[in-house]
Amino acid sequence: MKIEVDPDRCAGSGMCALTDPAVFDQDETDGTVVLLEPSPTGEHREAAREAAHLCPAGAIRVLE
Amino acid sequence: MTETLYSELPTRRTTPFDPPAELGLLRERAPISRMKFPDGHLGWLVTNYEIAREVHADRRFSSRAELHHSPRTVAGQPVTQRPPAKPGMFISMDAPDHTRYRKLLTGQFTVRRMNQLMPRIEQIVAEHLAGLRAAGSPADLVANFALPVPSMVICELLGVPYEERESFQQDTAKLLSLDSSLDDVMAAFERLEDFVLQLAKRKHVEPGDDMLTGLVATGELDDSEVANMGLLLLVAGHETTANMLGIGTLLLLQHPEQLAALQADPSLVDNAVEELMRYLSIIQFGTLRTALEDVEVGGVVVRAGESVSISVAAANRDPARFERPDEFDVRRSASGHLAFGHGVHQCLGQQLARIEMRVGFSALFREFPDLRLAVPVEEVKLRTDMAIYGVHELPVEFS
Repeated sequence: MKIEVDPDRCAGSGMCALTDPAVFDQDETDGTVVLLEPSPTGEHREAAREAAHLCPAGAIRVLE
Repeated sequence: MTETLYSELPTRRTTPFDPPAELGLLRERAPISRMKFPDGHLGWLVTNYEIAREVHADRRFSSRAELHHSPRTVAGQPVTQRPPAKPGMFISMDAPDHTRYRKLLTGQFTVRRMNQLMPRIEQIVAEHLAGLRAAGSPADLVANFALPVPSMVICELLGVPYEERESFQQDTAKLLSLDSSLDDVMAAFERLEDFVLQLAKRKHVEPGDDMLTGLVATGELDDSEVANMGLLLLVAGHETTANMLGIGTLLLLQHPEQLAALQADPSLVDNAVEELMRYLSIIQFGTLRTALEDVEVGGVVVRAGESVSISVAAANRDPARFERPDEFDVRRSASGHLAFGHGVHQCLGQQLARIEMRVGFSALFREFPDLRLAVPVEEVKLRTDMAIYGVHELPVEFS
């Protein structure tokens, strides 16, 4: 699994960081998505899919 | 094929916790249906979860105030065309204006920042619960707890003097009341705007460790932009959470088996908060978008200029998305509910609201394990007359 994020599309809602803080974080200045783990494994894979689905701005892509 | 129906926005509830029943019938027959707006405009009503998500996420649907037809009346009268949003009032703007203003704030509302606020929120909650106990049983949970807690939190965050809450709370109530005349609404809005504008001006000479000061310090905004951004956060920041705490408590008290589950396992609270949000969907008249061009959605074509009223409450009860949608169940996964909206306008303060509710409900039922209603449930005054649903008062007893 590979995750791609687009900070330009990001609305800073924090849904990804809330769903899996081991994979996603937020920029201190503008709250946009920061990808901590581009290739999640184990239980983080399902969480990453969930985060992509919940993202209100469509800023997270999951490539299986 | 979608059936063509012409309805007005259903607003009459028959039970305290459920959206109007007609919305459920509409969702089955025509998930996006034609709706007659009070000003005569023929627009659309969305009651289906997937379509609601799609419209919120599609940037061809605008949030600009001046394009919208309102599904609501003001004091029984249709709302005529609204002026464009004032500078800073980014909830009623599209990209790039919306993006520019919102980005100045998103760093302040991150999950991490909000988690750092938790000790202070716990302290404010504890103080107000002590106040509730001191008030003596029976007492009004709204006046002693549900309203003051989020009010105080947002005041501290923004740098608004909490001592001045009476006037802004009254004006916010006028702004949100469906019985206010347009003149009353405008006057309340202007007073609020002036209140925050004066604060913004003061922050130049008396800076604090707060968001208004932070916005002034960016050097990118004039004082009226700061004032409108601050006003938006002030109004959105206290009425919403306050009403979730109020009617959420009532819902839990009316479902003793659910409350018992939560009390037996306090770690359920995060989940319970999402379910409370889904089930209650207090933005009772939903959200509004207007098509910038012809858009095909849910099997229909929404023409450019047509307004779409999205019933978040109906979407959150869609059986295609949530099993047994009309059952309140603190153990279910309510993840993906639309109570904070969806798309780039999704609630900026949602991570703050979550923490306020998690801390608030946990502490309330821990400190007051035998909390109960002090009046028959039929006597609880429901906010059917307000844009944000909830309870006006919640008389509770405790020992």
